[in-house]
This record gives sequence, C-alpha cells and structure tokens, in this order.
Amino acid sequence: MTLTHETNTEQAMPVETIQEPATKGPVTQERIAKISAAAYRIRHHALNMGEVQGQGYVGQALGAADMLATVYGDQLNFRPEDPHWEARDRFLLSTGHYAIGHYAALAEAGIVPVEELETYGSDDSRLPMSGMSTYTPGMEISGGSLGHGLTIAVGMALGLRYQGSSARVFNFLSDGELDEGSTWEAAMGAHHHQLGNLTAMVDINALQADGKTDTVLRTEPVTEKWESFGWYTQRVDGNDVGALLAAFDNAAAQAAAVGRPSAILCDTKVGRGVPLLEDREKAHFMRIEEHEWQTCREQLTAGYEGKASA
Amino acid sequence: MSTTTEAPDTAAAAAAPAKPKLKTSAMIASFADPGQKTASAPFGHALVKAAQENDKIVGLTADLGKYTDMHIFAKAFPERFFQMGMAEQLLFGAAAGLAETGLVPFASTYSVFAARRAYDFLCLDAAEPNLNVNIVGGLPGLTTGYGPSHQATEDMAIFRGMPNLTIVDPCDSIDIEQAVPQLAASDGPTYLRLLRGSVPTVLDEYDYTFELGKAKVLRGGNDVVFISSGLMTMRALQAAKALAAHNVDVAVVHTPTIKPFDAETVLAEINTDRLAVTLENHSVVGGLFETVASAVVTSGMGKRVVPVALPDQFLDAGALPTLHDRYGLAVDRIVAKVLAELG
Repeated sequence: MTLTHETNTEQAMPVETIQEPATKGPVTQERIAKISAAAYRIRHHALNMGEVQGQGYVGQALGAADMLATVYGDQLNFRPEDPHWEARDRFLLSTGHYAIGHYAALAEAGIVPVEELETYGSDDSRLPMSGMSTYTPGMEISGGSLGHGLTIAVGMALGLRYQGSSARVFNFLSDGELDEGSTWEAAMGAHHHQLGNLTAMVDINALQADGKTDTVLRTEPVTEKWESFGWYTQRVDGNDVGALLAAFDNAAAQAAAVGRPSAILCDTKVGRGVPLLEDREKAHFMRIEEHEWQTCREQLTAGYEGKASA
Repeated sequence: MSTTTEAPDTAAAAAAPAKPKLKTSAMIASFADPGQKTASAPFGHALVKAAQENDKIVGLTADLGKYTDMHIFAKAFPERFFQMGMAEQLLFGAAAGLAETGLVPFASTYSVFAARRAYDFLCLDAAEPNLNVNIVGGLPGLTTGYGPSHQATEDMAIFRGMPNLTIVDPCDSIDIEQAVPQLAASDGPTYLRLLRGSVPTVLDEYDYTFELGKAKVLRGGNDVVFISSGLMTMRALQAAKALAAHNVDVAVVHTPTIKPFDAETVLAEINTDRLAVTLENHSVVGGLFETVASAVVTSGMGKRVVPVALPDQFLDAGALPTLHDRYGLAVDRIVAKVLAELG
C-alpha cells in the first residue's frame, strides 16, 4: 500500500507525521480479549437502555458495538475526566440514532456514569434518543440529519491541523448515509485538502429506514467509491475485533498532517451477539417484547462466555 | 483596424438606423449611482484588518472567492483561507467544524446557496450549538439581474426562523467595515448580506456608527418616518431629499441588524402621527416589513405600516436599474408611493 500521495492543496502545509507510528504492536490475543470484553459490556448496556425505553435502535448498537469498543478502547486519545481536553482525538457520531450505542461506549470509556444510562431517552436526560453535542459530554456534534458528520469532520481536521494539533478526527457514519450527496462533497474535500488526520469509519449493515440498502438506493461498490475519491480504504468484518484492530492500526500508522484520509469500511450484522435479534426480520427500528429482554441478555452472555472460553 | 479595406458606402451607413445600446443583466451589476463615492471590496479589506488583530479568524468559500471579495483575504492570509469547491453543504459543515476547534470562520457564497441549499447544515451544525460561524452571502435580494437562480429575494425570510442566528443587512461600505469585527467578536452564528465590489459610501455623511443589534436615526422629519435596512437605506436617504422638494419632511431610521431586532428604537419612532414606511431589498414576505409589523402588533400600537419591498413572486431577469424601477426599489418609485399615501 503506497503511503505517498501527490498533494494538490493550494496552501503550503508542514509535512510531518502527527503522531508516533503505531506503537501498539501486533494484534495480540490480549488486545482482542480486552476489546471483546468492552464490546460485550457495550452490548449489555444497550440492551438495558432499550429495555427501559421499551424500544430503540438496539439492533444498530449491537451491530456497531465492536467498532465502538475498538475506537474507545484502543485507538482514541482522550481524558475521561476532561471530555473537552483540547488535545483529544475527536469522535463524531453522524448517525444520531446510534446514540444508544455511543452512550454505552461513553460509559465504557468512563465519560458518562454507567448508572446514568437508564435515563436514555427520558425527559430531562442528558442522553436523548438522537445524539446532541449540547446535551452529552463526549458527544462532539449533533448528528441525526444524515450526511453532516463528515463535512464537520473536514472542518475540524483542517482547524486542528492549522493550529498545529496532532489530534485525529474520527467520523462514524453508516452506509445509509452514503445516500447523502454531502458525504461525497466532504469525501472530495478531505482528499483535496489531504487530511491525513481524518478517518471515516462506515458501518455497513446493509439496512436503512425503508429496507435493505440495495433495494432503497444501491451504494455498492462502496470500496471502489472511497478508493476513487482518493481515500486509503480498508474493508473489514466489522464484528471481527482482530480485523478491526488491524485496520485501525494500519490507519494510525499512516496518519499524517498532510496525507490521504482513511476510510475503514466495516461490514456488520444488525443485532450481532444476540441470536434472537440476529435472526429476526431486519428492521431499522427493532421491536422487542417485554419478556424478550432477559432472553436477549442471556443469549448475549452465553455467546460471549462461550467465545471467551473457546 | 485595417486601412486597406474598401470604405463602406457612407451614405448607406448614415441611412441605417443606429442600433440602440441594450441594457444588459450583468451578474455583478453595481447599484452605485454614476459618480457616487464608493469603496472597493470593503468586506475583503475589513476581514483582513480584523484578522490582523484576531488570529482565530479564517476564511472559506465555495468557488466564489472573487465574487464575494474573499479573494482579498485569501491573498493576505493564504494559510488561513480554505477553498471548499462548489460544495455549499461542505462549506458550512466545515465552517462549523473549524469553529468547533476554536477558530472564527467567515464562509462566503451567494445568499441563494447559503439560504436555500445549505440551510440544514447551518441550522444544525452552526446555529444549534451556537458556534461563531459567520455566513457571508453575496447578491442578497435584488442585486443581480440573473433571475431567480441568483436573486435571494427571500433569504431573510428563510433565515429569520433560525434560532441563535444574527442577521445583518448593511447599507454601505461604512456599515460593512464596522460590522465585520463586531460579527467576529459576537459569540454565535451570523449572516451578513454582503455588498461587494464597488460599494457606495453613504453613511459617512451622518453622525453614525454601526452597532450590532442597534437601529439608528439618521435624520429627523415631521411628516414621514422611513424604517429601512440594507441598500434601501441609501435609497431612503435619497428619497427623503427628493421629498423635501415636495415639502414632505422625512425621518430615516436605519436598522441594519434584522435579528435580534431593535424594536425599542423602531417602535418609538413609529409611535407618532407620521406615515410609517418600511424599505427593504427583500420580499415583502418575511423580511423587515414583517419584522416591524410583528413588533407593532405585539406592542398593541394601532398603527398602519406601508411596505416598500419586492413583490411575493419570482422576479424577472434584466438590467438592475430596470428591475429596481419595475419592482419599486428606485428612488422615483419610493417618492411616488409616499406622495400617493399622503394624498
């Protein structure tokens, strides 16, 4: 994989790597076990939040838990006690409805107290159904109107670089969000400005509000699209923690103030980790009966413990 | 010119009727009167000056740097200027991102694209988190003859509903020069209805300074009170002078900040026996007239207000002077309207 890329920005930029080459070393069983445990807890939190609310985007949270666990548990540079620390890496959730998963990850990261999670979606809660920066510590932007996150991420990456910060910007987006033209405006802009400090992580669950992505608006071939827009593109199984760690390590290794932005395309399964939900007819807004929540938790734990002991 | 060609039949040439020179719809038509005092690119120079004092200021545009006077800033501060291409959603999303990192972006495009095309991005990414994102919109109202694709006749109507957004409709180069540092210094998002190129200098003849959020009485008068914003304040002042010849004494109140609106100053001026007229370079729907009207109604004042504004329709293409006359923004049309109102 070539790391050099012609620069065609108008302004002169200092060429330097913005952080040390990845020193995390190889993807060890220890790292995988640590992140898998975090992903299990994120899933468990999401089920608990969904039960209080009686509904919610639990399917997406379960599908994206491994991605969230990987960035918060292994990649992001942040201070849980100071969510606005200037030098922090930025994690931007464009898919506001994934907030349930993000809150669980923020709890796992120590930014939001675990006991606060049960307020999810309730009146006066800091954890609204759709993520908003003005409500929640650690929530960088108000997502929800899809196609915004990557445009904001471009500005943040430009602004951090201009101010000499070595912080990186991660934008979590979904494959449904690839329908939005603004995502591709931003993809062009990031390449034009050579934002090597920017990473887009795309949850490809092949599902959107009105049905399967390939029946709503075909986004494939997704990999070729990002590559043709000039991004360093990797596609991985987004529910394989080892593969995720390797991909994020690769992206970190070539992160630079001036360079190619990174796209990590993650194929995930809605409801992942809970067979009852994995097998249910896929729905954007998953209905779970009152008596099923405990079954979900038991299946999740059985699956995790089975894998952990395997 | 060749001197070897045969001379034309001079008799025939003289007999042909002279082809009349057509009035054209140049995109960047100046609304300055012939011989009027002007300043060149006041926004660009004001932004450079502000940026010399505030190193957080950065500039962006969406492929319209030369047409929004942003090129002056780009030349002075190339490392602080970001060309975003013809991508207005990216322009304003990225402006919000820059503001999130503590910078003070000024992002320019035409008003039509900012208001119509990028509204969602400005609303959710800049206004909801109350970021210091400064929108600079060229060709506001009827300042181009290119027709509805470029004429932002309803930009204020669109933007007035956006919480947190400050809206400024400057009259001239003085307003722009004085407004820019104040926009940079104010915390939340702002929208500046840009006048670009050779911009008339008008307000230097009055005891006036721009204050964000304040209306100012430029001149007193016993018979009529004009409440105006933007380039229509220039026309209001000209109409006031013309009406003096008809023995009509006209006061002019300039209210360059449309939101938050200085209702206190304006209502005090309207609450008299004088004929009250609003003048704006904007649709009669949703702009200055309705801002004033809602303030008047809310106050309980039983007072008629007469609007001088663009009609609620898509406007013609054509030469700017033709269109300003056609749609009632020309001085002669204002004078005639006031005389008719006074009977």
